[in-house]
Amino acid sequence: MTGTAPMVELRNIDLRYFTLDGETEAVCGFSLAVSPGEFVAIVGQSGCGKSTLLSLIAGILEPTGGNVLVEGSPVTGPSPLCGYMLQHDYLFEWRTILDNVLLGAEIQGLELVASRNRAEALLRGYGLGEFMAHFPHQLSGGMRQRAALARTLCTDPQILLLDEPFSALDFQTRLALSDEVSEILRREGKTVILVTHDISEAVSMADRVIVMTKRPGRVKAVHDIVFDSKGGDRPRPFESRSRPEFQHYFDQIWGELEIHVGN
Amino acid sequence: MSATDESRKSDATTTEGGAAGPSPMYAAFLRRVKIRRKLILLCQIVLLVLFFALWEVAPRAHWVNPMLTSYPSAIWPTFVELLGDPDNGILRHTWVTVLETFVGFTLSMLLGVGIAIMLWWWEFLYRVVDPFMVVANALPKIALVPIFYIWLGDVASIYAMAVAIAVFITILMIYSGFRETDSNKIKLVRTLGATQWQILRQVVLPSNVPVMVAALKINVGLALVGVIVGEFQAAKAGLGYLIIFGSQVFQMTLVMTAITMLAIISTIMYLAIMYLENTVMRHHR
Repeated sequence: MTGTAPMVELRNIDLRYFTLDGETEAVCGFSLAVSPGEFVAIVGQSGCGKSTLLSLIAGILEPTGGNVLVEGSPVTGPSPLCGYMLQHDYLFEWRTILDNVLLGAEIQGLELVASRNRAEALLRGYGLGEFMAHFPHQLSGGMRQRAALARTLCTDPQILLLDEPFSALDFQTRLALSDEVSEILRREGKTVILVTHDISEAVSMADRVIVMTKRPGRVKAVHDIVFDSKGGDRPRPFESRSRPEFQHYFDQIWGELEIHVGN
Repeated sequence: MSATDESRKSDATTTEGGAAGPSPMYAAFLRRVKIRRKLILLCQIVLLVLFFALWEVAPRAHWVNPMLTSYPSAIWPTFVELLGDPDNGILRHTWVTVLETFVGFTLSMLLGVGIAIMLWWWEFLYRVVDPFMVVANALPKIALVPIFYIWLGDVASIYAMAVAIAVFITILMIYSGFRETDSNKIKLVRTLGATQWQILRQVVLPSNVPVMVAALKINVGLALVGVIVGEFQAAKAGLGYLIIFGSQVFQMTLVMTAITMLAIISTIMYLAIMYLENTVMRHHR
């Protein structure tokens, strides 16, 4: 990937939170460069500051040290280049599914007819064509998270920030949806940064996995995930789970995370 | 809806009752529920009838002094008589009270939402005024009736009383609702580039509709209290005036008629709000 300018770059990021009880060092000296079209996963235990990194890239939080660059220019605030997906769908219960998908377009003042067409096409593509006029409470968890993906993609962001987007779903839905989502995002050539504590999710979906230390979060290890594709495409996430390489990466990362079972 | 129902069924892990019709056990269950419901209604009616019967019999049998309690059969002619009187009739008094209450809770609601928005927008302001609001809310506003009467006269003091009683709790309720708006929903619209105004309009206000309806519910009751108390002191008309007038000339029948009317209008207002709640909250679950 040398030669291409990074799409997202974090340079020596420091982040501290201040409260009356004291200061917390959430992230310390974190650097990362993500190329256009790359799928990067960041894994770490809860509280290691991995979600914070996404907030920094999305421009809703400012680092206390270091620089955040998107397409080579410093981030000064939220930008339409970045789309953010959270752990829950956070669909607004007072809006229909279609109106939920159009939320970003409305906020950014985009042309509504074009956005509407795009939203409808996205929903149809995700099998939600019949549910556009429904309200969120009428949909199942998997359908709601697909609607949330449509909402994120409706404003056509180039960078997708996924903050444990599948963790609230049941196991079957999670596997099926991670297949679907990574397929969609790769097909559209999006740059993706996925934050998760689920090692198998990270290994099965990403091109590169960054392992973070406990707080304050630093880079502990970087793994390029390569599957023997036998000349074809990279195996889909579900399929890759049964490959021998998968277990190898999983064990390595598991060891690095220093997860202690029991006390 | 049918499409959703189907999708739900396919998602659901539990199966519902067979398609061939309810089983005998299910039919028995439905019967039990129905009987229970009828029994509750029956008991309610019996209780109401007993109440009126006691109210009628006790004074007539001179268990209590009829001068003190009056009785239903005496209220009815008074009610009919007052109904026919266009100038000083019960309808006019009721209308005056209802109108004052309506203006009172509308003002409290507007002020409450407006001030809550200001406090949400400038958290610093909230920190500054918080202790004063707590004192103002805790103070028994009824103590202010004479002052309001002297300051504002006989009309404005009634509205002022209704607002004074209702507005502080409205502000506190709505503001705390605003503060408790799901921070992740706010985060979501912020990542989409929303301004403070858009956060307010797209997230904070709509997600707090249930809180506002709850505040309205309390508001209507309190405004009615404020109006009646205001009328005790100041009014030339209204149900509160009728109650005070009746008790001063020792006409308990008049007092009881006014109170019965009050019970009726508060019930109607309660039902109206329940209806509003059901309409507005359809999608808030």
